[in-house]
Amino acid sequence: MVGTAVDEPTQMQSSATVIPPRLEVAEDRRGAGEDFAALPTEISVRKLDFFYGKEQALFGNHIEIKKNRVTAVIGPSGCGKSTHIRAYNRIFNLYRDQKAKGEILFDGANVLSSQIDLLDLRRRIGMIFQKPSPFPMTVFDNVAYGLRQHYRLSRSDLSNRIEDALKRSAIWDEVKDKLHQPGNALSGGQQQRLCIARAIAAEPDVLLMDEPCSAIDPVATAKIEELILTLKSKYTIVLVTHNMQQAARVSDYTAFFFQGRIVEFGPTTKIFSNPAEKQTEEYITGRFG
Amino acid sequence: MNSHRRQAIERGAAGAPLCAVADVRYAPPRRRSVARRKATDLVIKGFSWIGASFGIAVMGFIVWEVVVRGAGALDWAFFTQPTPQDVTSSAGGFANAIVGTIVITGVAALIAIPMGFLGGVYLAEFGRNGRIATGVRMIANVVMGVPSIIVGVFAFAIIVKPLQHYSGFAGSVALAFIMLPVMARTTEDILNLVPNELRESGLAMGAPRWKVTLGVICKAARGGLITGASLAIVRVAGETAPLLFTVLSSPYWMTGLFGPGGFFGGPVANLTKTIYDFSGSPYPQWQELAWGGALVIIIAVLGMNILVRLLFQRGKQW
Amino acid sequence: MSTVELDASPSTGAPRGAAQAAPRGHRLRLGDPIFRVLATACGLALAVAMFGLAGVLVYNSWPAISGLGTSVLTTVAWSPVDHQYGALAALAGTFLSTLVAMVIAVPLALVIALLLVELVHPAVARVVGTAIEMLAAIPSIIFGMVGIFVIVPFIQDKLVPWLLSTPLGSLPGIKPGAQFQGGGVSIFTAGVVLAFMVLPYITAVSRDVLKMVPQVTKEAGYGMGSTTWEVMHKISLRYANSGIVGAVFIGLGRALGETMAVAFLIGSLFTSLPHSLFDPGTSIASLIALTFSEATDKIQVSALIELGLILFLITVVFQILAQAWLRRVQRSTGGRA
Repeated sequence: MVGTAVDEPTQMQSSATVIPPRLEVAEDRRGAGEDFAALPTEISVRKLDFFYGKEQALFGNHIEIKKNRVTAVIGPSGCGKSTHIRAYNRIFNLYRDQKAKGEILFDGANVLSSQIDLLDLRRRIGMIFQKPSPFPMTVFDNVAYGLRQHYRLSRSDLSNRIEDALKRSAIWDEVKDKLHQPGNALSGGQQQRLCIARAIAAEPDVLLMDEPCSAIDPVATAKIEELILTLKSKYTIVLVTHNMQQAARVSDYTAFFFQGRIVEFGPTTKIFSNPAEKQTEEYITGRFG
Repeated sequence: MNSHRRQAIERGAAGAPLCAVADVRYAPPRRRSVARRKATDLVIKGFSWIGASFGIAVMGFIVWEVVVRGAGALDWAFFTQPTPQDVTSSAGGFANAIVGTIVITGVAALIAIPMGFLGGVYLAEFGRNGRIATGVRMIANVVMGVPSIIVGVFAFAIIVKPLQHYSGFAGSVALAFIMLPVMARTTEDILNLVPNELRESGLAMGAPRWKVTLGVICKAARGGLITGASLAIVRVAGETAPLLFTVLSSPYWMTGLFGPGGFFGGPVANLTKTIYDFSGSPYPQWQELAWGGALVIIIAVLGMNILVRLLFQRGKQW
Repeated sequence: MSTVELDASPSTGAPRGAAQAAPRGHRLRLGDPIFRVLATACGLALAVAMFGLAGVLVYNSWPAISGLGTSVLTTVAWSPVDHQYGALAALAGTFLSTLVAMVIAVPLALVIALLLVELVHPAVARVVGTAIEMLAAIPSIIFGMVGIFVIVPFIQDKLVPWLLSTPLGSLPGIKPGAQFQGGGVSIFTAGVVLAFMVLPYITAVSRDVLKMVPQVTKEAGYGMGSTTWEVMHKISLRYANSGIVGAVFIGLGRALGETMAVAFLIGSLFTSLPHSLFDPGTSIASLIALTFSEATDKIQVSALIELGLILFLITVVFQILAQAWLRRVQRSTGGRA
């Protein structure tokens, strides 16, 4: 259940029988060459259970999300990946019958306790959804939303931060003349990058991305993947994806979920080249999906 | 994306295609008060609860007042005696008024329900998106918003004025006018909910259009159609304004069809106008009778609403 | 019917349709056209009825229109005894009572819709929603009766004296004229009762429109750390605002044409403009209701019908605006989805 081989620095082994040739995993992925235990932890999950009414969806999840790294969460559909990360910012609290038990430690406190200030938690943990969802307002107001809500800013400070966020989201050139047009006038890929700009403008520590590219065309997907790589120097990113190649391209660490349990967790290079669990191997090689 | 490009991006090197802005550090901005935002949220939520409770309380209050003030009047005499004509006679009831309302509403329903139903069938089955149908639909919506007193004036102008006398029939025409677009739109909405597959399979059996529509589709939508018709009837039964200068009212029983007391011949006693008259009178026992009449109406209206909802729980769907 | 040559003999494997069609023949072919004609006629009857109504109103008010000209819209007093047929007092009363009703009903409706969509368990929302819909079914005359026997004394004996004792009492337009009964039968009372008559309509439409806001968009709002109210007013209300405007128009339309309750409660002061919310007044609908039966003079009847025509035109305009708004809403949310 718990990820194995988490704290062994490994080198990629050329077990060619395991990697299907189309998966690209660079030899220089960070996860491969570093000391996992020594890295600062952003989020530490212990014994997380999750329930939809009477049905249990997550069973004793245990994972450590490291600061300034991209952690990918993969697995077949319905395995609990989205459910898991939606526990981090407690967005599941919107629904009466969804409950979580266990510990999710973030900045020293358990996110699941009732003492937590949800508004502040969500300021520090941002979320990008599968379907691009700009608010019904202008591009400018969309990006300004979090800033105006949590901070008092002068108008020039606000504009600077918005421009900065849009630049960091690699969309500034495309929208700088459209700042006062409605957010949903943009194309799908642009809308998603707008949502990313909106999320990072409010200076979160963590970005949760729930299949951000599944509703987007491939060209825009490539842009967003490049974006994730630049963003990780400033933010900790948890990326849920059903696209294994994407996880291989972009992430440092990968967790493989199956039927609500974390089957294996480790550096991406290891997961994709030399997974310890048989289930992981079967999923990676496409024996089930 | 090859590994060189990726490394370049990760190092943030010059020549990396994105992110020309260096990692700018801003001074941490001043935070807005979370406590104030939460307080506002709580206050508005409080208003919501108060508002909703108030709205329901008012409804309950109205029903309660009518029940309390009218229950005392509902005895056997109420349902069997005609309206009292002078204060000295302590006897009296609203029986003739109730019968009159039933007759007037019944005739209106006879006119409006078949026509409205067929009109709805036209909109749902034949018109669909044609320009005429869209126009008719819009006109129906507009007519539904016309104040009922204007409909009364209309009926006055086309029936009462030429014939030079009030009549129950004029009232029925006014009520039918109100019911017609309601019935048509309700029918259309319900028939539109019937899935197309049902239509297609009926027609594919070789049955003619009219048999498919009346036999198959209407049978499937039966619950919704009955609900719609019942609610339309009960709604016009409570109307007063259209009857004010078409039917007026009368203290006597309706006497047949023609002649000064008949349905086509002269004013007919009806519940709503009688309530209106008696509630404005200075005599407490007459006022009590008016409350009794109001209670009868509330029981009929709310009762029918609850009944159709229970019987045809999926009344809104087919 | 198919024109393919089929073996008409039923004993071979010919399709059932062919076997049935052949013997029935002519009888079948009449049923459908008749049905279609009947249905179309009934559909068109709706249009005919509407234009007929408009035409009859115009025809019957023509004597007044040609005889009185624009003085109907510029004169204040309605006093047939003095041959004065001015609708301004009635128009003012209609406008003011509707305004009071909207000011009370719209915020109340929005806040109830907020509760039904965001704050309560879905089962409770259904019960409350049904209760509010039942409020819509209560006939106008009942509102009028409860109004006059219960609300009027309350306003006269409790509310107005209280109001006058506070600083609010010295605001212009509050103090009722001394010659009147003290604010019970007044524009304000009519407005208050009207508010509860239109409340169910505005609430129902607002609730339906707010439900159409996509769940993802709301989750994105909450995910940014917004409170329930912030998501509601920065996101949901903005998303739904055309629909809400449409709902308000619908409520407006109903309030303008409401007759019986207003007739009970607004008084019958036809001859002057109100100086205070708590003065009695009149509205177009109640003016017609109260004086039509006693009207004997031909010009008076015609003038009353002209008033009806004016009210008809006002409500038609509002209905059309409301329809247009709501159609825009359906189209834009359909595109957004």
